[in-house]
Amino acid sequence: MHTIDQVARKPEEVEKDDSAPVVAVEDVHKSFGTQKVLSGINLAVRRGETLAVLGRSGTGKSVLLRLVIGLEKPDSGSVRIQGQDIAGLALDQLGEIRKKMGFLFQHAALYDSLTVEQNVAFPLQHHKKDMSKSEQRDRVHELLAEVGMESGFAKMPSDISGGMQKRVGLARALALEPDILLLDEPTAGLDPISSAEIDDLVLKLQEEHHMASIVVTHDLHSAKTIADRLALLNEGAVVIEGSFEELQESDIEFVKEFLRHS
Amino acid sequence: MSDRQSVAVVGFDPPVRGAPTSLISPAVGYSNGLIIQFLEWFGDLGIFFWQVVRAAVTPPFEFGELFRQLDEIGSKSLPLVALAGAATGVVLSLEARYSLTRFGAKSLLPAAIVFSVIHETGPIITGLVVSGRAGAGIGAELASMKVTEQIDAIEASAVNPYRLLAATRILACILMLPLLTLAADFCGLLMGWVTQAMVAPVSLHQFINAGFSGADFNDFLPPTFKTAVFGLIIGLIACFQGMRTQGGAAGVGRAATSSVVLSSLFVILADVVLVKLIILFFP
Repeated sequence: MHTIDQVARKPEEVEKDDSAPVVAVEDVHKSFGTQKVLSGINLAVRRGETLAVLGRSGTGKSVLLRLVIGLEKPDSGSVRIQGQDIAGLALDQLGEIRKKMGFLFQHAALYDSLTVEQNVAFPLQHHKKDMSKSEQRDRVHELLAEVGMESGFAKMPSDISGGMQKRVGLARALALEPDILLLDEPTAGLDPISSAEIDDLVLKLQEEHHMASIVVTHDLHSAKTIADRLALLNEGAVVIEGSFEELQESDIEFVKEFLRHS
Repeated sequence: MSDRQSVAVVGFDPPVRGAPTSLISPAVGYSNGLIIQFLEWFGDLGIFFWQVVRAAVTPPFEFGELFRQLDEIGSKSLPLVALAGAATGVVLSLEARYSLTRFGAKSLLPAAIVFSVIHETGPIITGLVVSGRAGAGIGAELASMKVTEQIDAIEASAVNPYRLLAATRILACILMLPLLTLAADFCGLLMGWVTQAMVAPVSLHQFINAGFSGADFNDFLPPTFKTAVFGLIIGLIACFQGMRTQGGAAGVGRAATSSVVLSSLFVILADVVLVKLIILFFP
């Protein structure tokens, strides 16, 4: 079972040290009104590592991911990205951190007024202005090819399937060559074959880009395939964290029940 | 940002058990609830405005999106504004003719039409038409983006949504309203002349001379530029209502409706204040 390092180093020191967590969630609590969603979450992810966060629906898995990208702020505790606590940062300061992160939303969240190509080009147009238009176009085509999209670049998001939307969303998330990849239910709503294709794609990307990845999923099979470690949430807290084999050997009743029904 | 809806009907706390029941306590509670809800909405709007201003004045600037919005809000509203202005000119001409004839002041008809159009009906009609068309469009578009997480995706891509979405739309409304007002004024005066000429033939030259005699730039510029304030109100409220939407398709509908209702209301209220200020500073 892994323990959480208390990171108190400068971001550049963390970047150079592959053993230090790139993402560190420390004693995070989050409530919405009177509803307590996360209670004292502690998680850490290192470079090249994939952590799958599992749990029942409504246990705060997606909220955890939103805290890591900074779309939500914790009530207490800290979220450190490469050693820097992001909770108190202003929007533009947070933007500098977010350039190192890629986020795939559960429903892809493609911009419905832009084509597939324009969606993937969006981060490049805003943050890689030193690239010429033709360089940006080449990079977009390269990203789409990497996720298995060889055609349909001029189509609108509403004209492509859910699986293809996920692929385009993934390509967009990779546009700025992030150090951290966050995936919210990447296989949700997909058929088994498409789910397996997305899993294979995530594995391939991880092997090639060596990112720190957090995958939120309720699909145990997918988690087993792509993750190095699994963390199981229940009622806002981490019940167990470790490899799949360690989960299988656990005596905790909730873990046994979760594995039994998966 | 608060999860609260725009000003809407709210419930009130039930009376305490054992307390005397009357109609006054519930009414007072209901009013208090509405007032508090309005003040909270207004406070959130102020915070939103500050965030937009801060984003708008710091680079990188989104000129591409701004030009796209100038076209969307300006060019595409032009036919509707021109039509509304023309219809207003016709109505004004007919009504003014009837009223002035009763008082033996038919010769003042061109001046009455000109002054009415450029002082008030042109600007207010433009404000209300754009509030309906652009306000609803902006509110619905941003609400739809909000409920489908597109705004979150923009933020996750390290792009400031206040700068990209809100500031560009608000600035486009501010810049386009005075220009659209010119179009409404032109169509209103033109159709006012046409209507009058159909009853009592008068040349356009005579109509303009008679109408604009005694008018100067103080009669024309302040009322036209006050529509920039209308644009600020329309853009700000529509963006605010859109970007704080919750509740799926129903939320999108509520955002579009509330954008139109609130921006129209505040345009009319602002007009009252602005007319007073214009009379004060440009006598």
